[in-house]
Amino acid sequence: MHEEIIMAGFGGQGIMSIGQLLAYSGMIKGLDVSWMPSYGPEMRGGTANCTVIVSDSRIASPLTSKPDSVIVMNLPSQDKFSPKVKEGGLVVTNSSLIDKEVEREDLEVIKVPANEIANELGNTRVANMIMLGAYLARKEIIDLDTVKESLTSVLPERHHDLIPLNEKALDRGFELVNEEVTV
Amino acid sequence: MAERVLMKGNEAIGEAAIRAGCRYFFGYPITPQNDIPAYMSRELPKHDGVFLQAESEVAASNMVYGAAGSGARVLTSSSSPGISLKAEGLSYIAGAELPCVVVNIMRCGPGLGGIQPSQGDYFQATKGMAHGDFHLIVYAPSTVQELVDLTYKAFDTADRYRNPVMVLGDGMLGQMMEPVEFMEPLDPADLPKKEWATDGAKGRDTNVINSLALAPEELEAMNKKLENKYKKVKANEVMHEEYRMEDAEIAVVAYGTSARISIKAIDMARERGIKVGLIRPITLYPFPEKEVAATCDQIKKYLTVEMSTGQMIEDVRLAVNGRRPVEFFGRLGVVFEAEEVLERLIAMGGEIQ
Amino acid sequence: MKKIASYPDSLTEKHFHYCPGCTHGTVHRLIAEIMDELDIREETIGVAPVGCAVLAYEYFDCDMHEASHGRAPAVATGIKRVHPDKVVFTYQGDGDLASIGTAEIVHAANRGENITTVFINNAIYGMTGGQMAPTTLEGQKTTTSPYGRNLKEAGNPIKMTEMLSALDGPSYIARVSVHTPKHIRKAKKALKKAFQRQLDGRGFTLIEVLSTCPTNWGITPKDALNWLEEYMMPVYPLGDLKDIEEVE
Repeated sequence: MHEEIIMAGFGGQGIMSIGQLLAYSGMIKGLDVSWMPSYGPEMRGGTANCTVIVSDSRIASPLTSKPDSVIVMNLPSQDKFSPKVKEGGLVVTNSSLIDKEVEREDLEVIKVPANEIANELGNTRVANMIMLGAYLARKEIIDLDTVKESLTSVLPERHHDLIPLNEKALDRGFELVNEEVTV
Repeated sequence: MAERVLMKGNEAIGEAAIRAGCRYFFGYPITPQNDIPAYMSRELPKHDGVFLQAESEVAASNMVYGAAGSGARVLTSSSSPGISLKAEGLSYIAGAELPCVVVNIMRCGPGLGGIQPSQGDYFQATKGMAHGDFHLIVYAPSTVQELVDLTYKAFDTADRYRNPVMVLGDGMLGQMMEPVEFMEPLDPADLPKKEWATDGAKGRDTNVINSLALAPEELEAMNKKLENKYKKVKANEVMHEEYRMEDAEIAVVAYGTSARISIKAIDMARERGIKVGLIRPITLYPFPEKEVAATCDQIKKYLTVEMSTGQMIEDVRLAVNGRRPVEFFGRLGVVFEAEEVLERLIAMGGEIQ
Repeated sequence: MKKIASYPDSLTEKHFHYCPGCTHGTVHRLIAEIMDELDIREETIGVAPVGCAVLAYEYFDCDMHEASHGRAPAVATGIKRVHPDKVVFTYQGDGDLASIGTAEIVHAANRGENITTVFINNAIYGMTGGQMAPTTLEGQKTTTSPYGRNLKEAGNPIKMTEMLSALDGPSYIARVSVHTPKHIRKAKKALKKAFQRQLDGRGFTLIEVLSTCPTNWGITPKDALNWLEEYMMPVYPLGDLKDIEEVE
């Protein structure tokens, strides 16, 4: 197993956090992982992205030019990264903020109304977890329970009261995809 | 096996330094190494250590000079433009034969340049740090784990040779997260006492920390002593790693982040039947000169891969000494992709056939 | 017979290299006497500058540390932070402290770094051969102000001691002179007070000492003493500039 993912969105959408959460979960499952952020002024209010690689063998480059999957939370990110996805790869896109179609026939696209669901849950800030939940439902590289367990280690302590909400958000994203598959 | 933790390269450096018994950090903010001073300012007070944000890089390196002369294990860190300012202190520290560790998380220059990862400070680190005939011992880690291991080792090496040691990373290595295992922490109280340190001449002759030798013969003797030390360093401290070199006809020579991207390219080239391997210098000074030279009978062509316009290539060429062609691939500002290196390897493979 | 003076224990036997009539030797001796009197020779680390006193480590019989030009306060900071229980002093000239080392002295003072700085102001660069210093007086001729210091071109004589007194970090700052026995006695009193302040943990102390440089001033030692009083003292008035009992 070797999965290369780029996650991208506005600064403040929690892109870096879900990247770290996935990397951390992979690590406690005994896998090799890397998390590589874009850094610099673009993080402050602009677009942010990170590359996460999860692998059962040694990771050479922490960068990828052809990711297996991308999780995109805003339009600039979808425009920038969906053309790079490996042939037949996966795009998880935030349909709450992006109404433009992905312009490639070969890709699998999962549309997640992440902001709407997050608002239903009472906090827009967990939209990132809904996106990650949806991704995990499709790509079972790490089980959902492990990801939930990792929340305590990855989230800063001042946000620990939000762990139940984050778990719920992961579940909602996960269920959304499973339901679609069932339907 | 120790517990694996997921950690940013920069923070891992800080933790490794503390575990190596370092209790003093003097630095100045600059991107992309800011997590190191932030980590030290948070963690050192918990270990009765001192974090001090200096008024400048120049001051920081001279504070390191004082702390090192007083016998402490001491760290400073910066990124490229800041290292230029630290150069003054480093020359004095080397001249006075003091141990310290300095981290350079390289960004792209010259001038203010930018904050993207780079390997443009190779010449500075290995050859032209500052005035006078001296060298830093330079480690070039390529993973976060190696950042930890080599930072820890750097303090020992610095003490053993009484010489500044540099850990040379880049913005990518400093900013990325990978799982790491840490060694057991060392108690600085258990370290051997440095008899030469200026810590008050209680019941002994006075100690002087100094790099001044006005008499010509004295000056030559001081430099001879350093020269002999660097000979020992060259004989004993070279570190390198080889990857898929057994039957290789082309050798990539790359260090740090470039080596990692090159490994990906090498694996892809191998799938296409190109016999290519990697020589990865882990110490840049001393450079694995003999180790590269020893491959000349087997290797038909070398490709040096760097995030620069070609700096380490000069050392590779010196080692190869005209026996084989040495080519170069590099970009700066933009980090190159494995596919770009692959393209070059395919071309070289074709030329060999 | 009662012995009233002797060679200080805190000075080595080495002969000073200073020029005839230079007052560096006087200040060295005062510091050594104070180390003896406070019984701190074995507890003291001195930081030598770049300038005429670059060889100070050969004269003070305590642990000594070199600094690059102007950086003595940074080096002293490094030492003091590792050994907060030791006495640390810097010995710096006007080029070192008032020109190339302005950032280091300002910030060490501002941090209230618990060190003592002895600042020798002789209004000229000595070691390099008589160039204009930041403290060179208006109209004073040097090798780099051959027509006399022109304030419009070269700026004004810098008053470091007054500037540093405006900071909150320092505990005691004074300007003294060593051109007469009476002034030498006063200078010693101020220096001793500064070292005592450090021993009491009260933060940064600095004593500026007006000094002579007959060689580079191009006059006799005796005339140099008069020149200091006549021309330097009006620009650099003596006295305590800052003296607070406790530093927060």
